[in-house]
Amino acid sequence: MIAIVDYGMGNLRSVFNAFKKVSPNQKILVTSDSKLIQAADKVVFPGQGAMPDCVRELSERNLIESVIDAARNKPFLGICIGLQMLNNFSEEGNIKGLGIIDGRVLKFKPKNHFNKVPHMGWNEVHRPKNHFMWNGIPNNERFYFVHSYYVQPQSRNLVAGECVYEKPFCCAVSKDNIFAVQFHPEKSSQAGLQLLQNFTRWKV
Amino acid sequence: MLAKRIIPCLDVTNGRVVKGVNFVDLIDAGDPVEIAKKYNDQGADELTFLDITASSDNRDLILGIIERVAEQVFIPLTVGGGVRAVNDVRRLLNAGADKVSINTAAINNPSLVSNAADRFGSQCIVVAIDAKKTGNDWEIFTHGGRNPTGLNAISWAKEMVRRGAGELLITSMDKDGTKSGFDNELNAAISSEVDVPIIASGGVGNLDHLVDGIIEGKADAVLAASIFHFGEYTITEAKNHMRHKKIEVR
Repeated sequence: MIAIVDYGMGNLRSVFNAFKKVSPNQKILVTSDSKLIQAADKVVFPGQGAMPDCVRELSERNLIESVIDAARNKPFLGICIGLQMLNNFSEEGNIKGLGIIDGRVLKFKPKNHFNKVPHMGWNEVHRPKNHFMWNGIPNNERFYFVHSYYVQPQSRNLVAGECVYEKPFCCAVSKDNIFAVQFHPEKSSQAGLQLLQNFTRWKV
Repeated sequence: MLAKRIIPCLDVTNGRVVKGVNFVDLIDAGDPVEIAKKYNDQGADELTFLDITASSDNRDLILGIIERVAEQVFIPLTVGGGVRAVNDVRRLLNAGADKVSINTAAINNPSLVSNAADRFGSQCIVVAIDAKKTGNDWEIFTHGGRNPTGLNAISWAKEMVRRGAGELLITSMDKDGTKSGFDNELNAAISSEVDVPIIASGGVGNLDHLVDGIIEGKADAVLAASIFHFGEYTITEAKNHMRHKKIEVR
């Protein structure tokens, strides 16, 4: 069973729909029940909106512990704010994250006025290393992004994907059983569906 | 590099996708899921659905369309038309929309934009701006360009971004339906004053207009309806043309 963590921030239906599309026979749950998150074989940790709101909602639902537990123990996919929250610290509201990934979340401050914030649209993802989650996806494939903050991991070894928006930034992180992306695979057409399908098959 | 986006716009009424010229002689254009899939297969970067249903009774029918499309097509979906309250935004997002576009209601009640952005995040709030040239400036109009509001388009755009709009959809009411190209002067003026992406809309008659919209109009995305619906051009052709003109596309 794959559990998609629901903490009341944004609509998780498209994440659910995309998993149903790539793996129709697998049990997929959208849940805010920590027992189900503990029982799940794999956990998806999405997020949209502002990180301070996401952390607050997660905390109010008493889900922080079960998310940290899942991130230590089973195949774990973070999406967008779900990636950002794994880090130690965010410039957005100057708050602490869950501290699972050694890194910081920084705001885009483009010099060029025509590099808009949010960074919105389809951008190329370069891969400094191979990973099971990239199987069947060409290097430099485009994925759909919409975000104003990006992550900066402390170690290069954590970077599984990079993207350029005025300058290069990390858009995918991998560490043991964790794979987390800044883009939205559920909105990235074929390449995104392939990544989600890879997650359903990923064994750690 | 970030690609410039091409967004086909689909008109919806009474739960069906229709096509027509300037909202008259509407004919059924086929099944929304099939049309959405076709545009997706051709490489559309997003899809916009515009609800042109006159009566509020039938407006909920678009929810069913969005639900069905969102189960099959995995690119961003924007829905606009008749959005008046935070609850309308919530219901469209729950049906599967990724962004909701607010137009007249933002003028009647600007706090709707702030409230919706606070509640759901700026990333899903698009403000649609219908503007017309008046003297040396542009003014915001409602009701298909018939009613002036007295609002200056550029100040209004900045105000909407300040209130939390994550993107602006700018339609020139002088150009809409003319097939003579976007109002690139208007779009460039707004684009250089705001930090959020802008979508150019209104007036596309050929593929060069899309190119001009990006280069001269400084738009981040271009929206068109009729050139795609009536099969004059496919999205693939539009992308090839833009690529040929050295514009980064997906």
